[in-house]
Amino acid sequence: MGARFAGQDAANRAFLRGDGWVMVVGGLTPQAIAFGFFTILTLGGACGVVLNKNLVRGAVWLIVSLFGIAGMFVLLSAPFLAAVQVMVYIGAIGILFTFAVMLTRSMTNLRQRFTAQWWSALIVVGMLFVFLMVSVIVPVWGGVAPELAGEVVATTTDLGAALVDGNQFVLPFEVASLLLTAAMIGAIVIARQHEEE
Amino acid sequence: MVPLWMYLAVAAALFCLGTYTVLSRKNAVAVLMGVELMLNAVNLNLVAFWRFQSPLNMAGQAFTAFVLVVAAAEAAVGLAIIISMYRSRRSVTVDDVDMLRW
Repeated sequence: MGARFAGQDAANRAFLRGDGWVMVVGGLTPQAIAFGFFTILTLGGACGVVLNKNLVRGAVWLIVSLFGIAGMFVLLSAPFLAAVQVMVYIGAIGILFTFAVMLTRSMTNLRQRFTAQWWSALIVVGMLFVFLMVSVIVPVWGGVAPELAGEVVATTTDLGAALVDGNQFVLPFEVASLLLTAAMIGAIVIARQHEEE
Repeated sequence: MVPLWMYLAVAAALFCLGTYTVLSRKNAVAVLMGVELMLNAVNLNLVAFWRFQSPLNMAGQAFTAFVLVVAAAEAAVGLAIIISMYRSRRSVTVDDVDMLRW
């Protein structure tokens, strides 16, 4: 552990000297290009969600952003999560949002998109991002060299075994299925027409 | 491999855009979209840390799967509440929903 921290320290110092940028710009690998592509999809889709005038388009932008995240999962060697992301988020939640927009006629009367405090929210969020970048991400995690990530990665088989292993995640797994059932029943009860009124 | 801090930077930017959507949009459906963006940023952080810090321990991926489940439940219940709110108020603007304000 100590040796690893020493290595991380040296990597931190190398990063602060600027080696990090050389590492980034120098290695224009296919993986880096894919990362850039998915970053553009993710953040561009998020900007579309923030700025759209028509919420049907907003739902489509949300799907674009979620697809970018699925690509990131593939790059991080988590293919099962990428598949689940496509099925659950793009397939289910994207359609759910489209239906909600249509059922509530949100696409019309959008003359005022933003609240009156939109500029103070912009300042707060901008400060949050700068704070995260300057004081947490770059100083603490900036020096984690890519080589520290091992080549040996757990597979989907390991994830499936861990989810039903009595010593690992079987209890959260059951609680999650219970939560989904409760949420489904709750959504039906809340959204139902009340005939007696 | 792309270094860890770049994944974290993308996740931070996505989280901030989601937060801004939640804070600034008037339409309740758009607010829920912002919440989804924030949850996705958290998922990206979890998977990135799992890959770079402990790729043999399944906790990171399992936690991400549970966040996905909670996000699906949250979207279903949230949109049901919005539809019910639209029935009673004929509006999905968050400013119009002040029944609980004293």
